[in-house]
Amino acid sequence: MATLIEAETPDVLGPAAPKRGAGGVGRYILVRFLLIFPTIFILVTLVFFLMRITGDPITAALGGRLPQDQLDARIHEAGYDRPILVQYFEYLGQIATGNFGVTLSDRRPVIEMLATFGTATLELAINALVVALLIGIPLGMVAAHRRDRTPDAVLRFFAILCYATPVFFAGLLLKLTFSVALGWLPVSGRASTNTELAMSQLAAPSGIYWLDAIRSGNFQALGDIAAHAVLPAVALGLLTAGVFLRLVRTNLIGTLGKDYVEAGRSRGVSEFRLVTKHAYKPALIPIITVMGLQIALLLGGAVLTETTFEWKGLGFQLAQYLTARDFVAVQGIVMLLAVIVAVTNFVVDILAAIIDPRVRY
Amino acid sequence: MSETTTAALQPPAPRKAPLLDRLPVTSHIRQSVGLQRTMLLIGVSLTGLFLLAAVFAPLLAPYGYAQISDASGTFPAQAAPGGKHPWGTTVGGYDVLSRVLWGSQTAATVIVVSVAMSIFVGVALGLLSGYFGGWLDRILVVIADAIYAFPSLLLAIVMSIVISQGQSSFWGGILACSISITVVFVPQYFRVIRAETIRLKAEPFVESAMVVGASSWRIMGRHIFKNATRTLPLIFTLNSSEAILTLAGLGFLGFGIEPTSAAEWGFDLNKALADTTSGIWWTGVFPGVAIVLSVLGLTLMGESMNDLNDPRLRGRRAAGSKRSGGKAKKAGKP
Repeated sequence: MATLIEAETPDVLGPAAPKRGAGGVGRYILVRFLLIFPTIFILVTLVFFLMRITGDPITAALGGRLPQDQLDARIHEAGYDRPILVQYFEYLGQIATGNFGVTLSDRRPVIEMLATFGTATLELAINALVVALLIGIPLGMVAAHRRDRTPDAVLRFFAILCYATPVFFAGLLLKLTFSVALGWLPVSGRASTNTELAMSQLAAPSGIYWLDAIRSGNFQALGDIAAHAVLPAVALGLLTAGVFLRLVRTNLIGTLGKDYVEAGRSRGVSEFRLVTKHAYKPALIPIITVMGLQIALLLGGAVLTETTFEWKGLGFQLAQYLTARDFVAVQGIVMLLAVIVAVTNFVVDILAAIIDPRVRY
Repeated sequence: MSETTTAALQPPAPRKAPLLDRLPVTSHIRQSVGLQRTMLLIGVSLTGLFLLAAVFAPLLAPYGYAQISDASGTFPAQAAPGGKHPWGTTVGGYDVLSRVLWGSQTAATVIVVSVAMSIFVGVALGLLSGYFGGWLDRILVVIADAIYAFPSLLLAIVMSIVISQGQSSFWGGILACSISITVVFVPQYFRVIRAETIRLKAEPFVESAMVVGASSWRIMGRHIFKNATRTLPLIFTLNSSEAILTLAGLGFLGFGIEPTSAAEWGFDLNKALADTTSGIWWTGVFPGVAIVLSVLGLTLMGESMNDLNDPRLRGRRAAGSKRSGGKAKKAGKP
């Protein structure tokens, strides 16, 4: 098998390859890039029409609280009484020019709202991803190496348990244990009031608290932020860690069975090195691909995690805006999430293509 | 084909066995060994427990799901477990044990309704798309991929607002949740069935049906449908667990069913969140454990069945077993 791969490689990178290969990658990237747009377009269209089926945003937000004639006047003012197709094309035009409107409930420009809360969600997602990778990859390696023995059985069960536990229940248990019973960590929020104040007074905040704290050299705040970050990151991270564990396990089992691993073993390569280097590297492509798909799971989980821990990010805000029936804000958030998902999928496909030149669709 | 030949070769004794063997779960239990069998059995028992609770909730639960008083007076609020209320009561005075039991009924109903609808729509679209191809196929694939890539919970939230404006009665709430979950699941069934249909379309038996002059509908409905749906029981179990999680997520965010029209675990957990700071654990832990156990059961069952269907993942019997090839194993008796 090892010789087979070596024999294949010159073919791919043969004399004609540089030109053809490069053009192939370029075209592939271009096609994949162009495919982002229909995905976003479909989701935006879907959400727009779904939201409008339920009625106009003004009635939804203020219905019952204002007399009908005032309501009608506001609807007319905002243009929601025009034909829906006219509104749709106007909305598309606005999006194309980067104008996402102003939220109905708190009168903030949607772009500004997305920037403020998006960074909080980004911070949570990064923290959770770190936890997930730290737990998922090593445990997946152990499970693959000890396949069908006790450690594997325990770890597989653990992975399914991670999937079966809703993040908000995991969050509730973590809170009960570490905040209420043991009193080690704060119950909710991104930081204590003092820290939040200090962060908001910074000159050019990035919005990502730990980054801001390090930049301003405020290490007391950094400690506070870290303490607040642990529980939400673990709750959301465990959900994804289970998926990563299984992913690494399955793919490693595939590559561990290859002849070149056996060859390495016969040459005296240590088991540790075999698992972490020889077998792991070729297994990376499917792992990266599926990890990219997990971004959707992570974002969905973020909505629940943020509500559980009152982490003031997009998910927490989305729940608030939904309750207030603020459809302009909801559309903005959904749109942003659609873009994130589409772009991540694009990046993942490109990464896969760069890592393995044989990947072409 | 192979089944008829082996049946002809074998003595008539195991004639009754094949019927039991062909039922999804029992055949899998027979095939399994060791660890896989343990996981499958745990899954089957947890799922059985969940279904029993769902069916017999009216008999098992000491009180109704929205009952806050009985003959001896109003239930205390946030009472600790013990005495009249073995699992305690919530802040609203509901009995936790009763609500957990009734909650299984809600969850089971949503699973059945949503998965049935997704299978119906997904299979129909998958057959059409795969069989006819062309522009219909392309449009459906792009839409399905777009929906598939999006966080399913968000889509379910959007759908539930559209359908019910967030609040509703028992059946209204069940339908809203089910349709929301259906929208998320349809692309999955669509993909699987479409891929199978495209594969089957090239098979000789479909071609011969065309040559004989069978209509497209007949070919799709009889020849392809029956062959394409073999994998459905697996997706069914896996999706059931996802349906529970989505329902709980919706309930947790407040887009589920009103507490007076049905018991719903996610909603109860949402209310329990405020209790945690004062150290009240029973309102949240019991419904949470109920979610975990039912999802765990369904997932273990689905996963083990999936592994057993894949010869590469199927655990092998210890050396000395007579079986070797995958085909022989399936056709022959264990």
